[in-house]
Amino acid sequence: MTLVLEQLLNGLQFGVMLFLLAAGLTLIFGIMGVINLAHGSLYMVGAYASAFAAAQTGSVWLALLAGLAGAAIAGMVVEIVVLRRLYARNHLDQVLATFALILIFNQGVTILFGRQPLFVSVPPALNGSVQLLPGLTYPVYRLAIIAVGLLVALGLYLLINRTRIGMLVRAGATHREMVRALGVDIRLLYTAVFGLGALLAGLAGLMAGPILAVQVGMGEQILIMTFVVVVIGGVGSIRGAFFGALIVGLVDTSLRAFMPGLLRHVMTGPEADALGAGLASMGIYLLMAIVLLVRPKGLFPAHV
Amino acid sequence: MKLRGLLFGIAASLAATTAFAQAPVKIGMITTLSGPGGYLGQDIRDAFKLAIDMEGGKLGGVPVELMVEDDGLKPGQGKQIAEKMLKTDGIKIMTGIVFSNVAGATVPDIVDSGALYVSPNAAPSNFAGKECNENYFVIAWQNDSLHESAGQYATNLGYKKAFILAPNYQAGKDALTGFKRLFKGDVVGEVYTRLDQTDFAPEMAQIKAANPDVVFQFHPGGLGIAFMRQYQQAGLLGQVPMVLAAPSADSTTLKAVGDAALGANVTSHWNSDFDNPANKKFMEAWTKAYNRVPTYYASQGYDTALAIASALKATGGKADVPALRTALAKADFQSVRGAFKFGKNQHPVQDWYALKVEKGPDGAPILKTVGKVLSNHGDVYAKDCKL
Repeated sequence: MTLVLEQLLNGLQFGVMLFLLAAGLTLIFGIMGVINLAHGSLYMVGAYASAFAAAQTGSVWLALLAGLAGAAIAGMVVEIVVLRRLYARNHLDQVLATFALILIFNQGVTILFGRQPLFVSVPPALNGSVQLLPGLTYPVYRLAIIAVGLLVALGLYLLINRTRIGMLVRAGATHREMVRALGVDIRLLYTAVFGLGALLAGLAGLMAGPILAVQVGMGEQILIMTFVVVVIGGVGSIRGAFFGALIVGLVDTSLRAFMPGLLRHVMTGPEADALGAGLASMGIYLLMAIVLLVRPKGLFPAHV
Repeated sequence: MKLRGLLFGIAASLAATTAFAQAPVKIGMITTLSGPGGYLGQDIRDAFKLAIDMEGGKLGGVPVELMVEDDGLKPGQGKQIAEKMLKTDGIKIMTGIVFSNVAGATVPDIVDSGALYVSPNAAPSNFAGKECNENYFVIAWQNDSLHESAGQYATNLGYKKAFILAPNYQAGKDALTGFKRLFKGDVVGEVYTRLDQTDFAPEMAQIKAANPDVVFQFHPGGLGIAFMRQYQQAGLLGQVPMVLAAPSADSTTLKAVGDAALGANVTSHWNSDFDNPANKKFMEAWTKAYNRVPTYYASQGYDTALAIASALKATGGKADVPALRTALAKADFQSVRGAFKFGKNQHPVQDWYALKVEKGPDGAPILKTVGKVLSNHGDVYAKDCKL
């Protein structure tokens, strides 16, 4: 039972990370209509900026600041320099340009930091594990990630639904031309939204640093999952990104954790393990296919 | 990456043409330079290049030109590069592949077209037995034997219940098969992870639930870093000891893992502290040229260059494949790992050592050699090879 609970927490934590990435991606696609393959690179920039600041200063807060600022600035520069020219183009051009950005970011990071992965330590205050239930200990750092993710989700909800800028974002997602016609400075809005998306990606990246390896190409590994989340949740919808991310996180983790065990009841050990691993890695894509069959616009579409 | 390979090729050929009248022998290197596995290929390339530089642009007294291309850990890309090198550039000696899935797609094309392939790393089991090839040489090890040494060491250390994990691809399957072959205790859990996996929390929970007395895992490159750190964060470090084969704890991994690696038991065929003249020469030249701790991938890249050098020396620089093959099979070079010879499937027969991860002088973890695990160890597939 504690094993199931622990795996659910793992799924939740993974889902929350995916949400931070998916929120930015879905906003950018929903509002500007741009497919931004380089979103994973912003995640990597956040991780590297934070790792670099942590190594130089040893301060957790400066590392946090550096990660957020680095990703947000990189995002806004990318928007102003590259993406602004692509809004009117078709998706293929956008994919081509943002794919080029991936290569540029990866090579840039390789030149600056080398190919060897960086070491990032867990902040001392969050080191160690706590006992949640008898027999269930869980790393504090992962609990902190869950907390931060849920807080960001709440903050985004308030921002989108209760503020003027949120109103513009919602309007931009559904009636882009109308917002422009009403005299809103759409360029500024675009840059701000892109910056926000990049900031969230950077946050995910810097939080991932102490758990995963900070290395070139870390963004692409998670980007595919993020796209699955966006598709399942419904393109352009923050709410969709939130629930989509949690569903994908939980489903992926549970399949990986329990599929081989279940299969072992009906077949021999090694075969069950290999087949289970295979099925588990297909799981979320199957889920995506099913969602697309039943609700082609995703679970919570923005454009109704 | 193409550009860099090209520039390097131009530089090498310029250096060669100005100094020697003889046209340099081309050596093609397909390796993984981008993405999370990029540093593995970088070490192989840098070490190979070091061996050439140490001879002033030659190998075995023969001017050579090294052409490097990045496969990006994509089997399809490796295959394409191989085709280009074989057909357009007419290269007869190839090397470099890091990952077994790339090797699986690329090596058959190379050896079937009559060129030599000398592997500095990947050696999947399917090429070691019935499908062994006279043009295929492995300098590193056969995949299984890496992990057999870990299995033997776990047995030596008296562990009874092992939990084992590896990514779901050819080398991962070879790893678990190899470990189980020489581990005499019970395997209480066997998990296949994904090659692109970064979060191992579900696996950590499974390990805890199974309560083994040793964990064996094979996660090369960045995967291993994430695994070790999450192992520590899950509170398993210090509770369940780990026995690893070299790829899961190379010196770069250790640097990024930090204290989470301390106390791990590692088996390897080479370590930077080996006390033999060839290794001392290599370590000195490497440190001077690159100023970082070499991984064992570097030692294999260097040995591969030395092996090719021995063959070129024997043929006097003629890229004549049958003659090169005969010379190469003699393994007439001083390996940095000490004793080295080929088995009948042209895979190494060598010694395996036990290493321990300890705190180094500057506080960063280092690998220290503590003893021998296996002597003159080949692989089980050699008997199926008809060479």
